[in-house]
Amino acid sequence: MKDRSHIPSSEVTPEETFLNRRFFMKSAIWAGSTLATAGLYRTFSPRPEVKNTGAAIATVAEPSVQTALAADEKVNSFTDIAGYNNYYEFSTDKSEVAAKAKDFVTNPWSVQVGGLVQKPRNFDLADLLKFESVERTYRFRCVEGWSMVIPWVGFPLSKLLNQVEPLSAATHVAFETYYDIKQMPDSRYAGIDLPYVEGLRLDEAMHPLTLLATGLYGKTLPNQNGAPVRLVVPWKYGFKSIKSVVKITLMDREPPTTWSLANPGEYGFYSNVNPKVDHPRWSQAHERRIGEMGSRPTLMFNGYAEQVAHLYKGMDLSVDF
Amino acid sequence: MTFSADTRFHRQLFLFNGLLPAVLILIDGWRGKLGANPVEFVTRATGVLTLVFLILTLLVTPLRKIYGWNWLLKQRRLVGLYAFFYGCAHLLTYLAYDRDWQLVTVVGDVYKRPFIAIGMFSFLLMVPLAVTSTNAMIKKLGGPRWAQLHRLTYYVTIGGVLHYWIIVKSDVTYPFFFAVVLALLLGYRVVMSIKKARGAAPRAS
Repeated sequence: MKDRSHIPSSEVTPEETFLNRRFFMKSAIWAGSTLATAGLYRTFSPRPEVKNTGAAIATVAEPSVQTALAADEKVNSFTDIAGYNNYYEFSTDKSEVAAKAKDFVTNPWSVQVGGLVQKPRNFDLADLLKFESVERTYRFRCVEGWSMVIPWVGFPLSKLLNQVEPLSAATHVAFETYYDIKQMPDSRYAGIDLPYVEGLRLDEAMHPLTLLATGLYGKTLPNQNGAPVRLVVPWKYGFKSIKSVVKITLMDREPPTTWSLANPGEYGFYSNVNPKVDHPRWSQAHERRIGEMGSRPTLMFNGYAEQVAHLYKGMDLSVDF
Repeated sequence: MTFSADTRFHRQLFLFNGLLPAVLILIDGWRGKLGANPVEFVTRATGVLTLVFLILTLLVTPLRKIYGWNWLLKQRRLVGLYAFFYGCAHLLTYLAYDRDWQLVTVVGDVYKRPFIAIGMFSFLLMVPLAVTSTNAMIKKLGGPRWAQLHRLTYYVTIGGVLHYWIIVKSDVTYPFFFAVVLALLLGYRVVMSIKKARGAAPRAS
């Protein structure tokens, strides 16, 4: 019987070749695993640096309508404001939204204003930019517990509503965000029903602080911040300030709102910033100001109590949260 | 020496790749490149890394049984200790930035927020596992008892995935991914133990 275990010496790999091969293999494994680990980390780590490529918007000076910011409150950088966004139609990762919304088409655009009004009409982008713009630097408090200070450009929503002349039966205003799954493919992971809808009571909508913003830092809005036109309600949690608005409807009842539809126990219709009413899963007493390491106490109505507290006189804000 | 026998090489490889994410986070932090909300990022990253290393420890047994990669067993302790390391980092981030070192408030927070309670409980379960990871402790406890204690890893990982799932606002894609992998890994163990019981039964009769 032939001995199969015997290997002729000619077939034995010379030691040098063997060691070289091993060295090569090891190096490849080192390089491969390092690249894989670092690459995986990079995929999930934030990628900021956003350029302000918007077109300039002319603004007019106006007498101050709000309580001044505290001396230690700084306006956030453009990169902070445009690189950290909650816009679930594009991504649920706040540092991904800017890249994912890059090619979002915002021109042509039309905002359909109707419902219980005397003169329903559509406003296109040019119509919106015809409103006299002002700059308003507001605090922005997200329900998640972080906040920023943002220099918005826009005009009071009341100016637009006055043009369509709400009927006396109108008590509430409903808003709707543009939705197109082709432009927003990742919206299928959002976990909320879309299009995004929001609402205000008519007196809240008519309040001089309530803004339709068309820009920030003196230029038109970046897509990730809700271009071309969004709502800004500075005394409410950020999700009330609906982005990329296409529809405004006057109603005689409280309209449904996206987050309270998704989770009625956690998000109410009013969603006023209130340090005394906690979110069921986290405290709202403090907030982390983006750009700062420590935390700040959250202010009642986000610091706009003097201007808006009267709207809620006699209401139990822990019930109507 | 074949690849599977080169324990020293495995050790270096695992040590380096386990530490690499922490080093990258530190470098990014030092360069101010952790995004607009560094605290949120570090909290999430260390939490996810804890889960990743927990899952990796649970992968060792199936990989050994299915592919015969027995060399992995020698690295499992290191992987488990990395889970504990990132768990500690996660807890410290929470204590430093969410609680501002007001340790008394942790009690109320655990009581008020179920996901904090689950996270804290899971972390505490990891402590005895880390403490008993030395050779001396294995010897002292004895193999079977040690193995039984270290099955706590299952509960730690279930708690970790639950903790992650609850805190997410609406997009559960990532927690769902972890849940599926964990279900497969635990399912594998259930199937194997049933098979073992069936195989053992005839001999017992």
